[in-house]
Amino acid sequence: MSGPRVLMLHLGLLAGLFALQFVLPAYHHGNLARIMVLAAYAVGYNILFGYTGLLSLGHALFFAAGMYGMALMIQHGGATPAPALLVGIAAGAVVSGLLALLALRTTGVAFMIVTLMFAQAGYLTILYFAEWTRGDEGFVIQQAQRILWGIDLSQPTARYFAAWAVFSVAFLISLWLVRRPFGRTLIAIRENEERVRMLGYDTFAHKLGAMVISGTISAGAGAAYGLLFGYAGASFASVQYSIFPLLWVLLGGAGTVLGPFVGTLFMFYLIDLSSGITSAYMLIAGVALVLLTLFAPQGLVGELRKRVFRGLP
Amino acid sequence: MDLGPYILLATLEGAVTAAVLALTAVGLSLVFGVMRVVNIAHGEFFMLGAVIAWYVANGLSGHPATGFFAALIIAPLLVGVLAMAVDMTILKRLNYDPERTIVATIGLLYILQQGALMTYGPEARPVEAPFNTRIALPWLELGENGLSFYYPWGLSTTSYKLAVIAAAALVLLGVWGMMTRTKLGLVMRATQADRDMALAFGIPVERVYAMVFGIGAGLAALAAVLIVPIQQAHYMMGADPLLLSFIVVIIGGLGSLPGTVVAAIIIGLSDGIISVFFSPTLAKILATLLVGLVLVFRPQGLFGTRAP
Repeated sequence: MSGPRVLMLHLGLLAGLFALQFVLPAYHHGNLARIMVLAAYAVGYNILFGYTGLLSLGHALFFAAGMYGMALMIQHGGATPAPALLVGIAAGAVVSGLLALLALRTTGVAFMIVTLMFAQAGYLTILYFAEWTRGDEGFVIQQAQRILWGIDLSQPTARYFAAWAVFSVAFLISLWLVRRPFGRTLIAIRENEERVRMLGYDTFAHKLGAMVISGTISAGAGAAYGLLFGYAGASFASVQYSIFPLLWVLLGGAGTVLGPFVGTLFMFYLIDLSSGITSAYMLIAGVALVLLTLFAPQGLVGELRKRVFRGLP
Repeated sequence: MDLGPYILLATLEGAVTAAVLALTAVGLSLVFGVMRVVNIAHGEFFMLGAVIAWYVANGLSGHPATGFFAALIIAPLLVGVLAMAVDMTILKRLNYDPERTIVATIGLLYILQQGALMTYGPEARPVEAPFNTRIALPWLELGENGLSFYYPWGLSTTSYKLAVIAAAALVLLGVWGMMTRTKLGLVMRATQADRDMALAFGIPVERVYAMVFGIGAGLAALAAVLIVPIQQAHYMMGADPLLLSFIVVIIGGLGSLPGTVVAAIIIGLSDGIISVFFSPTLAKILATLLVGLVLVFRPQGLFGTRAP
């Protein structure tokens, strides 16, 4: 696929999502707003996992850093949404930078466990400071505190546009990044880190950059999720929320720009449908993880790229 | 109670934790050592052991001891066979690639946990201990007439708890004997040292792997059967043993069995004593941070000398 057609395809998705807002029934309208914010989280995860080849099991730490950075500023700092969002995003950048400095000293399985352990410590820290965070129960951000530049983000239409904007920013950053020399170097590191180092690239700096960008986008999604849906709770910092982006990206296709959205869309509706049938809806996630690693490690968009659209970023 | 008897009590409770933890962690360590597989679903094998123990104990009528001892044999066997099936159908097909097996065992974790929720349900249910005599413990006191024994109120343990410690020690001795004295152990160690060379010498590596995965899961199930008369069987009970086993295995040195046992005893004993002084959440935060930092700065473990 050539450059302009790739651009057309990706911008087409954004235009389509923008237009869908006018035709969707209320229930799916609300769902899609959620999916777009979560897909932005998956886009962030994909930059580290899909493009750099570093499998993190601790991204919930970044998502929660954004969410709590934003929510605590509003709840206890008395801030308005705009600076609160910035604080959330900055919190994500700082936390991911610090974790990267430690975790990037390890590779492979050790990297996965280190990220898992630090994310777990972060989750427990939120529970420990229950006086401010309200622990597992979480707290609601009131409607009056969610007015950004005069726009009430608790209104479905405004919320949909805000979610669309958040997703578009993450999506376009990801599309731009992977076509830049920096992104190409990340892909090279994924394929063969030794060789990239031999060619004279500073692989540590590249991986550090990838992890901070990935963590910052995840934090942005977390902050937006808390603001748009008016709730911050410790469950968003739990292991489950580290597994979800992995699952979405694996399903959609790791290392593809479209994959995170496709994966989030399918998995969201799969879990939504199955939770109507049984309380054990995470069973679907487990089965999907096993089947994907066994039979389709490339994911949906990855398979599509292999068979139809070669050269899809 | 004074501080002295209190610490003795905490140590005794800690010894039970340590015994069960050592069994669970040795299972995890064995799998990692021989197969280089990080089994995230290990805690769910533990949970399955407890749940199966409840089914067996409830299915059999008669004296509670009958059901318990039947469970002691049936639960580890069933879980072991299930784990072998998982190894042959899933892990083998992934060629034991470290990262993909982690993702697959995360999937397995949810399948087993949610499967238990669908069949066994969300309730926590107890299994009756085969024997449970209360034993009061004496304490020394320096009185006016020199040293004398007395029985402080609340300082007691049960015969069952002591039996758990003894049983765990026996099983660990058995595992040690198996690894160092039998042909199976020799084959396992050979596979651990060099998989390809073992294969070249005609060792059926795939069968060894299935066996090791089965034994590892069986040990977790056995630990769960031992603890289930003290705790209760619940579908979410796998999370804590998994986290603690990870801590133990990493601090003891990945894949080193003696290091694992030493770490289990230290962590198990200190767990009770630490939670006297700190809140449990703070203790967990410190423990998880410790694991992360050990992996970053001392990947061979605090006690291990062998590189992972």
